[in-house]
Amino acid sequence: MTQPSRSSLLMVPALAWLTALMVVPCALVLALAFFRRGIYGGIEYTFTLENFGLVFDPLYAGIFLNSARIAGTATLIAVVIGYAAAYAIAAAPRRWQPVFLFFAVLPFWSNYLIRTYAWIVLLNREGLITQLLRWLGYTGEPPSMLYTEGAVIAGLVYNYLPFVILACYAPLSRLNPELAEASRDLGASAMTTFRRVILPLTVPGIAAGAVFVFVLSIGNFVTPALLGGGRFQMIGNLVYDQFLTANDWPFGAALAMALIAIMLLVLTAQALAADRASGRIAEAKGRVNG
Amino acid sequence: MAERSPATRRMLWLALSLVFAFLYIPIAVLVALSFNQGGLPTVWSGFSLKWYASLAGNSAILSAALNTLIVALVSTAIATLLGTLLAIGVEMRRQYGRGLEALIFAPMIIPDIVLAIALLSFFSMLDFTLGLHTIILAHVVFNLAFVCSVVRARLKSFDWSIVEASADLGASALTTFRRVTLPVILPAVVAGALLAFTLSVDEFIIAFFTSGAGRASTTLPMQIYSMIRFGITPEINALATIVMAVSITALTLSQRLNRGVIGQ
Repeated sequence: MTQPSRSSLLMVPALAWLTALMVVPCALVLALAFFRRGIYGGIEYTFTLENFGLVFDPLYAGIFLNSARIAGTATLIAVVIGYAAAYAIAAAPRRWQPVFLFFAVLPFWSNYLIRTYAWIVLLNREGLITQLLRWLGYTGEPPSMLYTEGAVIAGLVYNYLPFVILACYAPLSRLNPELAEASRDLGASAMTTFRRVILPLTVPGIAAGAVFVFVLSIGNFVTPALLGGGRFQMIGNLVYDQFLTANDWPFGAALAMALIAIMLLVLTAQALAADRASGRIAEAKGRVNG
Repeated sequence: MAERSPATRRMLWLALSLVFAFLYIPIAVLVALSFNQGGLPTVWSGFSLKWYASLAGNSAILSAALNTLIVALVSTAIATLLGTLLAIGVEMRRQYGRGLEALIFAPMIIPDIVLAIALLSFFSMLDFTLGLHTIILAHVVFNLAFVCSVVRARLKSFDWSIVEASADLGASALTTFRRVTLPVILPAVVAGALLAFTLSVDEFIIAFFTSGAGRASTTLPMQIYSMIRFGITPEINALATIVMAVSITALTLSQRLNRGVIGQ
C-alpha cells in the first residue's frame, strides 16, 4: 500500500465521525434556517428568507449589537490585563517563568460553570464585596452588582484571561532583548521603545488572544445566563430560547448561522492580517539581509 | 530582557500580584466557603465538613456523577482512538489542504450552543431516543479534535524515516506502530486522553441539549447548573471544590506528561 492511501485509511473513522455528527448536523441547521415555522411550533417545509429578515429586525439586531459590545469590551479588558501579565511574566527571572505561566493558566482548567458561579458568590448582595464594603464602614443598601452587564463582562474576562496571557507571552518571550537595547541606545525613551519596537513585534500574539476571547464571548451562553440580568442579553441565550422555549427552530437556526458568519468574518480578518504581517516582516528581513 | 530600574521592576511585580489575586480570589473564596458551617452559601460562620457529608447522601448528585463518569470514560476512549489515528494519518501525508485543516479545527472553535442545537435537530430528525449515548456521540466530536491536536504537536518532531526503516527490516505495519510509533507518541496520547476526559466532565451545553428530558441522563454540570439557577445551597460549594480538584489534577498530570505542548 502506498503512503497516501494508508494515511487516508487512518483518517477515515475520525473524518466519518466528524462528517456524520458535525458537518451534516450543521448543514441541517443551515437548511432549517430557510424553512418556515409551523403553526404549532413544528417545521413547515416551504422555502423562506423570513428568518434571516427577522435577524435584522431592530429588536434582534439590537441583541447582536449588544453581544458584540459586551464581547468587545470583555476582549479589550482581557487584552490589556493579559498583556500586562504576560509582559511581567516574560520580565521575571527565566526559571520562574514556566511556574508563573502554569499558575496563570491553571484556573482555565477548572469547570467553566464553577468559575462563573464563583462570581455569583463574590458579587451577590451578601457576597464578599458587600462584606468588604461593610467592613470599611459602608452602611447603606448593598450595591447591586450581580445580574448586570458589568457582571457578565467580569465573568467573561475572568474565564478567558488565561488564554490571552498564553497568547501574548509566546511572542514576548521570544523577543530579542538587543532590539530594545538598540532602540534605547539610539535615544528612544522607554515608552517610545515599547510603542515602536516591542508592541508591533507582539501584535500577532495580541491578535490571537483577542480573536479567541471575542469569538468565545460573542457565542457565550452560560455567562450571560448566570451573571446577566435580562432574559436575552446575548445571541447565545436567544438561540437557546428559540430551541427550548419559543420552539421556533427555523429562526433559532438562522440566528446560529448569523453567529457562525460573524465568527468566520473575525477569523478570516485575523488570518489575512497575520499573512500581511508575516509578509511585512519577511520583506523587512530581506531588506536587512539583502 | 535588559536590566530594568527598581521602580519598573516593582511595577511589574505589582501587576503580576494583582493579576494572580484576580485569578485566584474567586476560587479561594469558593473553596473556603465549602468548609463553612452556616446555611448561607456566602457568609462565613465556622469550620465544618457537613456539606461534604451531605453531598455523599444526595442521590441526585451521585447519579449525575456516575452519568458523567460513564460519558467521559466512553467518549474519551473512542476519541483517543479516532483522534490518534487521525493525527498519524494527517502528519504522515505532510501536505494537507486547508479544507482538512478547517474540518479538524472546527470542533474546537464552533460555539457550543451551535453544535448543541445542530445535534439536537439532527437527532430529532432521525427520531433518535436521546440519552447518555447521544451525549457520548456528541462529546466524541470535540474530544477527538483535541486529542488529535495534542498528538499532532508531538508528531511534528517525529522522524518518519524510522518507520520506513522498520518496514524495510520486515516489520508489519502493526508491529511498526506498536514498537516504533506508539512508544514515541504515547505520552501525547495519554495527555490528549486526560484533556478529553476533563473537557467531557466539564461540558454543559451540548450535554444539556442532547440528553433528552428526564433525570435519568442528567450529568454533573447539568446538575450544577440547575443548582445555581434554582436555589443555591452550600452543598454546591463542596461539589464545586471536588470537581475543581479532579479536573485540575487530571490536567496537571496531562501537562506534565506532555510538557510544553499547551504552552507553545
